[in-house]
Amino acid sequence: MSQRSRKRASRYDPLHIGWPLWIVSGSAIFFLIAPVLLLIPMSLGSAEIIEFPPSKIGLDQYRKFFNHPAWQSAVLNSLQVSVMTAGFSTLLGLLASLGLVWGRFKGKGLINAFIISPMIVPLIVMALAFYISLAKFGLLGTKLGLVLAYTPLTLPFSVLPISATLRGFDRSLENAARILGASRLQTFMKVTFPIIRPGVLTGAIFAFMIAFDEVVIALFICGSTAVTLPKKMWDVIRYEIEPMLPAISTLLLLLAAFILVLVGLLQQRITRRMTAG
Amino acid sequence: MEAAENIMPVESASGSLWHRPAFKQFILVVPALLALFLLFVYPISSILIKSLFSPEFTLKHYLYFLKTPLYSRVLWITFQISVLSTLSALVVGYPIAYVLRRARPGVRNFFLLAITLSFMISLLVRNYSWIIVLQRSGVVNSVLTYLGLIDSPFKLLHNKLGVMVGMTHIFVPYIVFPIYSVMMGIDLNLEKAAQNLGASRWQTFWRISFPLSLPGIGAGALLVFIMALGFFITPALLGGRKEQMISNLIQIQVVDLLNWPFASALSVILLLATLVVFAIYNRYLGVERLWGGVKT
Repeated sequence: MSQRSRKRASRYDPLHIGWPLWIVSGSAIFFLIAPVLLLIPMSLGSAEIIEFPPSKIGLDQYRKFFNHPAWQSAVLNSLQVSVMTAGFSTLLGLLASLGLVWGRFKGKGLINAFIISPMIVPLIVMALAFYISLAKFGLLGTKLGLVLAYTPLTLPFSVLPISATLRGFDRSLENAARILGASRLQTFMKVTFPIIRPGVLTGAIFAFMIAFDEVVIALFICGSTAVTLPKKMWDVIRYEIEPMLPAISTLLLLLAAFILVLVGLLQQRITRRMTAG
Repeated sequence: MEAAENIMPVESASGSLWHRPAFKQFILVVPALLALFLLFVYPISSILIKSLFSPEFTLKHYLYFLKTPLYSRVLWITFQISVLSTLSALVVGYPIAYVLRRARPGVRNFFLLAITLSFMISLLVRNYSWIIVLQRSGVVNSVLTYLGLIDSPFKLLHNKLGVMVGMTHIFVPYIVFPIYSVMMGIDLNLEKAAQNLGASRWQTFWRISFPLSLPGIGAGALLVFIMALGFFITPALLGGRKEQMISNLIQIQVVDLLNWPFASALSVILLLATLVVFAIYNRYLGVERLWGGVKT
């Protein structure tokens, strides 16, 4: 080996990041986040058109949004549908995870794959499938129809965090509770569930977020009687110029940031409980 | 709770079916299975039936699809946009993953926060933000005009550029996370060894770091490609008439033309294409990667 390459090798630091790479990765991050953050200043414009930069600054668009009956009913519909979906899919997901993680029966792998499979079916296919089958039962344009459609869609996302938490749960704690005289139900309610609760909540939050943001299936099923927030936003983005949209987007941005913090806190609690338990 | 059954050797396995622990554990899965049969298998089968029976068995909707040149073009555009947006997401995402692996915790956390936030924000909002940026009177055109660099605004929206930008933006996080997790498993001493043996920085990357990160690239790219094939929102909002993909064709057939059987046939074709790509994914990478590499 030559003297030169030896010298270079001794100086080599695998963690070193050269300035071209900083520029490339920095611009990539800018590309990801800048357009969305730009909506915040845009939301403060008071004019009837969307302009950049906004000429008059104020909170008019937010005020308008909170006093607009059609938008408020869309928000309410979305909340109802998403909460029901999250509840339904978390309950099914919790039961299934308990069986799949702790059970010993044949075909577990297959059932697991089956529960995950709605993840890979294109949304438009699901939308048409529900459009055709809900029409048969007169459930188009109803919130129940939306909840039914969102349940298989969100099930994988509630099962995954719940299963992950259950795998890290130390079952000797249950043994201890049983030896001390607790019934099975008591053991589950007082020992098992409190410990796995952060995982269950994470699953519920994921299911809520997916249902709250879903638009493709909503386009087919909402009709004009169960319009959700994403469906209403879609119509407005597609067919009109609506100066309220940046403000609505900013509120959704804040929701995403809030959820991010919430999931982060829950994640911390899971690791703490698992290491402490 | 039935799930707690197997912690205590209380019941004998020889009792009736109802008293076997394995059966009680299986009961817990039944509600989810019932829901999936009713709300997933049944609706999907109903489009299959709709595409094949009207009312007696026929393949005419599939033949119509094959015979009409317009539809083969839509299929080709779908494939083209899917490949291109997967590649551009790789180009944007790979450097991020590379830097994430090597950066100090402060920078790493900032990058991770930005990616996760972008990932969590509503899909509609992300697409809408690009309309604001790229439209005729949008941010890019306003800034360029203000600086005196252009006289008339560029057409950046309702064309392939708009679709590519919007889809890349959505796919980057799906590319970064699998590559980053594979990179975390690579021993950086291998790079030191390569340098010791006389390799340049560039050679070290192409011969050592890059090949070792290939499983992550494969996982991310196939996942994104599967999503891209059925993508609907971005081509509808940011694309023009020439960028409409198979999903958009399905929507037009249902909503505007009320041609359910043909829309069903298109859906079956899209679903089959997706399943083929997924089978490749499963064959080479294993389905476990879809949920973060946790084996069950």
